[in-house]
Amino acid sequence: MSALLTLAASASTAAHGAGDLALGITEGGNWFLRNVWLIPLLPALSFVAILFFGKRMPRGGSEIGIAAVGIAFVLALLTGAAWIDHRDNFHGEEVHAAVVVDEAHGAHGDDHGDDHGEGHGHASLAVHQTVTWFQTNGVEFTVGTLVDGPAVMMLLVVTLVSLLVHVYSTDYVAGDRRYTHFFAFLSLFSASMLLLVVSENTLQLLCAWELVGVCSFALIGHWWEEKPNSDAALKAFLTNRVGDMGLLVGVTILFFAAGAALPGTFGSFSIAETNALANSGALSHTALLVASCCLMAAVMSKSGQFFLHTWLPDAMAGPTPVSALIHAATMVVAGVFMIARMYGVFFEGFQIGGSSINLMAFIGGLTTIVGACLAFVQRDIKKVLAYSTISQLGYMVMALGVGAWTAAMFHLFTHAFFKACLFLGSGSVSHAVHSFDMKSDMGGLRKDMPHTYRTFMIGTIALAGLPPLAGFWSKDEILVGTGGWGLMGGTDANGAYTLMLGMGMLTAALTAAYMTRCVYLTFFGEFRGHGHPHESGPRITVPLWILAFLAVFAGFLNMPKGFQLAPKGLQERFGHFVEPVAGYFPAIHHARPSWSLAIVSTIVVLCGVGAAAWYYFVKVEAASKAAGTSLTELPNGPTTRWPLARMGHTLLANRYYLDHLYNGVVADGTKGPVARLANRINQDVIDRTVDLTGETAVKAGTIVYEKIDQLVVDGAVNASGRGSSGAGEELRKINSGKVQSYAAILFAAATVLAGVLIVIV
Amino acid sequence: MSALAPTAVLAASSAVPFAVLPALVLVPAVGALLVACLPRRRPELLKLAAVTTSVVVGGMAVWLLSGFDVDHGADLQFVSSATWMADLGISWTLGVDGISLFLVVLTGVLFPIALLAVDPGHDDRAYYAWLLLLEAGVMGVFLALDLMVFFLCFEVVLVPMYFLIGRWGHGNRAYAATKFFLYTMAGSALMLVGILALAFLHADAVGGPVTFDLVAIAEAQAVDATAARWIFAAFALAFAVKVPIFPLHTWLPDAHTEAPTAGSVILAGVLLKLGTYGFLRFGLYLFPEASHFFAPVFLTLGVVGIVYGAVVATMQRDLKRLVAYSSVAHLGFIVLGTFALNTEGIEGGLLQMVNHGVSTGALFLLVGMVYERRHTRQIDELGGLQKSAPVLAGVFTVVMLSSIGLPGLNGFVGEFLVLVGAFNAHRWFAVVAAGGVILAALYLLWAYQRVFHGPAEGDNATMPDLRLREGLVLAPLLALIVFMGVYPKPVIERMEPAVDALVAHVEHHVDGFTEPTSQFGSEVEPGHGDDDGHGESDDHGDDH
Repeated sequence: MSALLTLAASASTAAHGAGDLALGITEGGNWFLRNVWLIPLLPALSFVAILFFGKRMPRGGSEIGIAAVGIAFVLALLTGAAWIDHRDNFHGEEVHAAVVVDEAHGAHGDDHGDDHGEGHGHASLAVHQTVTWFQTNGVEFTVGTLVDGPAVMMLLVVTLVSLLVHVYSTDYVAGDRRYTHFFAFLSLFSASMLLLVVSENTLQLLCAWELVGVCSFALIGHWWEEKPNSDAALKAFLTNRVGDMGLLVGVTILFFAAGAALPGTFGSFSIAETNALANSGALSHTALLVASCCLMAAVMSKSGQFFLHTWLPDAMAGPTPVSALIHAATMVVAGVFMIARMYGVFFEGFQIGGSSINLMAFIGGLTTIVGACLAFVQRDIKKVLAYSTISQLGYMVMALGVGAWTAAMFHLFTHAFFKACLFLGSGSVSHAVHSFDMKSDMGGLRKDMPHTYRTFMIGTIALAGLPPLAGFWSKDEILVGTGGWGLMGGTDANGAYTLMLGMGMLTAALTAAYMTRCVYLTFFGEFRGHGHPHESGPRITVPLWILAFLAVFAGFLNMPKGFQLAPKGLQERFGHFVEPVAGYFPAIHHARPSWSLAIVSTIVVLCGVGAAAWYYFVKVEAASKAAGTSLTELPNGPTTRWPLARMGHTLLANRYYLDHLYNGVVADGTKGPVARLANRINQDVIDRTVDLTGETAVKAGTIVYEKIDQLVVDGAVNASGRGSSGAGEELRKINSGKVQSYAAILFAAATVLAGVLIVIV
Repeated sequence: MSALAPTAVLAASSAVPFAVLPALVLVPAVGALLVACLPRRRPELLKLAAVTTSVVVGGMAVWLLSGFDVDHGADLQFVSSATWMADLGISWTLGVDGISLFLVVLTGVLFPIALLAVDPGHDDRAYYAWLLLLEAGVMGVFLALDLMVFFLCFEVVLVPMYFLIGRWGHGNRAYAATKFFLYTMAGSALMLVGILALAFLHADAVGGPVTFDLVAIAEAQAVDATAARWIFAAFALAFAVKVPIFPLHTWLPDAHTEAPTAGSVILAGVLLKLGTYGFLRFGLYLFPEASHFFAPVFLTLGVVGIVYGAVVATMQRDLKRLVAYSSVAHLGFIVLGTFALNTEGIEGGLLQMVNHGVSTGALFLLVGMVYERRHTRQIDELGGLQKSAPVLAGVFTVVMLSSIGLPGLNGFVGEFLVLVGAFNAHRWFAVVAAGGVILAALYLLWAYQRVFHGPAEGDNATMPDLRLREGLVLAPLLALIVFMGVYPKPVIERMEPAVDALVAHVEHHVDGFTEPTSQFGSEVEPGHGDDDGHGESDDHGDDH
């Protein structure tokens, strides 16, 4: 059976010093929780089916994909329902891991769970299932599922968004030259992502992680006839490969670190075991720190964190549904999810909860500002959203970095809906105007595209974080979770990260401002494109409305505790069901909600909206009217007035010159000078040596042949018996072969070595 | 200690219905003779005879797989022994264990594919005869348990390959063939000296008659440590050329590029493994102490090969040459795993030998198919092929991803095990090698982009897609790529006992060396990574 059971069994016979480590997982539970592997399997089968039979189907294979993802969504719903029941009512047998824990360290795990309060107090056992993949040297490499709050939440999000995107795509990519191929890869992507979220061990996580990367490559490069698309796909894959290396090394470090603490094995990939060991203090801090840094590299590439984020805006070269599904709602949050999954490791490795600024919180905070600034200077509506995604992912990573785990997961949840809504909305707009350029081809679309306009506005307000839409609740929870506020609530967090609070506040204002700009350029003013845009069909607008609905209401799932306007049953429901209460999850603190912070952050957002609205809706609008053109940038705008602002704009317009660094210096350097140098060394030094040796050997052979063989030996032979001249002739023929003369010399060299051997021995 | 004791060897050879191992060597040899006797002007008949022979051999190899006793994976099985030159102590001993099993199967599978995939175009009779003789030689190398038989087969392999490149190759074939021959000849000449020295020193030390029996010599470990190191160096040079290990690799791109497609497939798929297999069977097993002593050198060269091969591959303009350099990088991984000297590393390396054979074999077939259609391998002249040949592009993608080491396909498991093994033994080597993983993605995907993406112009737009026959030839390789990626267990569980026994053998014969169990449990492993005293005859008074 499972490795864990074996370990548990061996615990009883292990030498003294070995204790049991409560993992908080069980093998039992509802059928849906034990058979969750069906959910990734369905789209995987659909991929194969579409690939082989899709072209022959009446709707080009899209029906197979929709059916598979639809069933997967239903299964995910049932799994969710089963989990809600399981979370509070299951009292099955717990699985333990045998572990050697020092007395000094052992205490750490004991106080676990104190902070969870009444809502989180009871044990919720994650449902764990494994089968052996292969086995070597006593270590089982397993595949399996670990179903708990975050996994169930992700299953729901991924299947729902994927389903909506499938439906949307039937209209959006209708008539595409590779329609079937497109749906096949949507299916494969869904399967990989679902496999990732239910992963039981880090190796499986790594496999799924790389698979989503490949699907991303295929889908970004969907229209590979154009070089920029193909380049973007390549860039995405290679950047992610850099992160994959970090993941690979990090996973290996954790494997051996866990093995050192578990008796009777020399490594473990199990997520539950690794985290539980990290929580209990049984793993060395150095190992955890190094592993965390390596894993962080993977997060930076996959989740578009500064400074490995540059592939994400380029990835917008893919079809818009792909951008919505992969580069906004699901794949890019894989990094965030991985941090959440390995939180025990990160919590100890980065010492989250110590108030001192750690790498994760810093990178997240920096990314959130960097991304938001870049969103200001884009003309392409999808690029605005792409940088916005980077910024929001930074928010989540920052939240995890300050210990606000639930807030990060909640933001991931709400962001998936409103960002998918915005992306699909931008797709609907571009479907109508055949362009993504806001400045030259859009404007005034609110009249022509009422559904798209309304849903886009809802998404915008949710993203900006104005109450009572979804984004407000999750953003507010993150700001509270930084613990930097401390005025009438906002205390009791894992530390007091004032800097992160400031970064979050700044981003809130920036987000509101760039989205106001985006909305103005797209939907207000005069239409600047060609032809007459029309509203998209129901297969596009219905998914938009569903997502808009969720963008409004998803936030109510986790209203803060003590929020008097909400019914008691809605307070912190999300946190209650999603946050694991288990040995593999660290004992985190939960900040107390703060009215004052909510009000201040709302004012900050309104300031952002106001400033941008004043600039665009008032000044630019007036200037445009006065000039009689559809869009006039202000002649005395900030970039023309202040040199510093102009420099900032140039810096932003060039994306901080990071692409120049990566493409111009690193990639071209590797492909160009470095590779050329290596090639030269190869050809001119190493290979030349070989050729020279050969040539010398030939010369030497010629000399030997002509001077010694022919004159001396052959002469002797000839002299000794002319009767055998025929044989001599033959001999000479053979001898003159190049190969033979080489071989002769080499054998001579070998003889010398033999002599050396004999002398030494 | 080890299950490889001579008595166990003979015990395991019971219950064999017929002498399958000699048949594996002799059937292709006889087939080669048969083909040579057939009329020259009947190419279809010649091909039929050759393919039938190789399919029979392949069938026997696969049968071997089913007949292999998993529970005794560490033992040499199906052993067949016959006296050959009794006076000299040379006997015709063949056997197979978990280490050689899959290489034999790989050989059995790749030859029919290579024969079916490509027609030589001219001189059919000689072509098929040489290929079959080559198969006999390769089988002999993988099965031989006698040093002289091994050496003989190792040399026999050279001649057919020389002619295959020289007569059926492309442009600069004469140069490539000669270079290939000389390089490998140089190595094997030293090995012959090493074999002779080893046999005589062994006989001296144990006081018996001269024997070339691998198991007897390896288990006795009677030769003085210093001498063993010198002899190991002679063996290692031969294998290093064959692998090839940086900086002895320059024959490989030329030979691969100029060889006909079938030649490249066999060369990459099977012949390179003669070197890596040699390191395991005739390096680690025969000279555990010397292998351990020289391990840092080979680990370094392995890592250099990984990075260097990848960087140079990036630069290539010729698709076939690019694949050839990718082999240098892949074989660097195998060397790294082998000299990590622990179960994961060696097992991963062994797995990579099979994986590389399958993936790179398929890549060469695909490049051959592109060349056959477009008459060019220059990446610049290709482009947009995915439009005209989507199936070919799809197959290429899968094979390429397998070569990159994507999880779910065969390349990943082996690569990961190598990294785990290397990490366990020498952390930094593994970290640098992991960087090679990125580079592999760089050169292959970049090449893929230039060849298959973009607008298709001229002949590229009308290139025909994969034909049914070609698809059928590639199908078994694709099946293997997916199967071994998804379910490597049957392969690993057959390899593992033999690898374990080998590691135990090494540990037993090296003072103060045990497989480090963990990096973080104990502070450091014994400092066997520090000295690189290559070739120094320092005073090691160890008596084994």
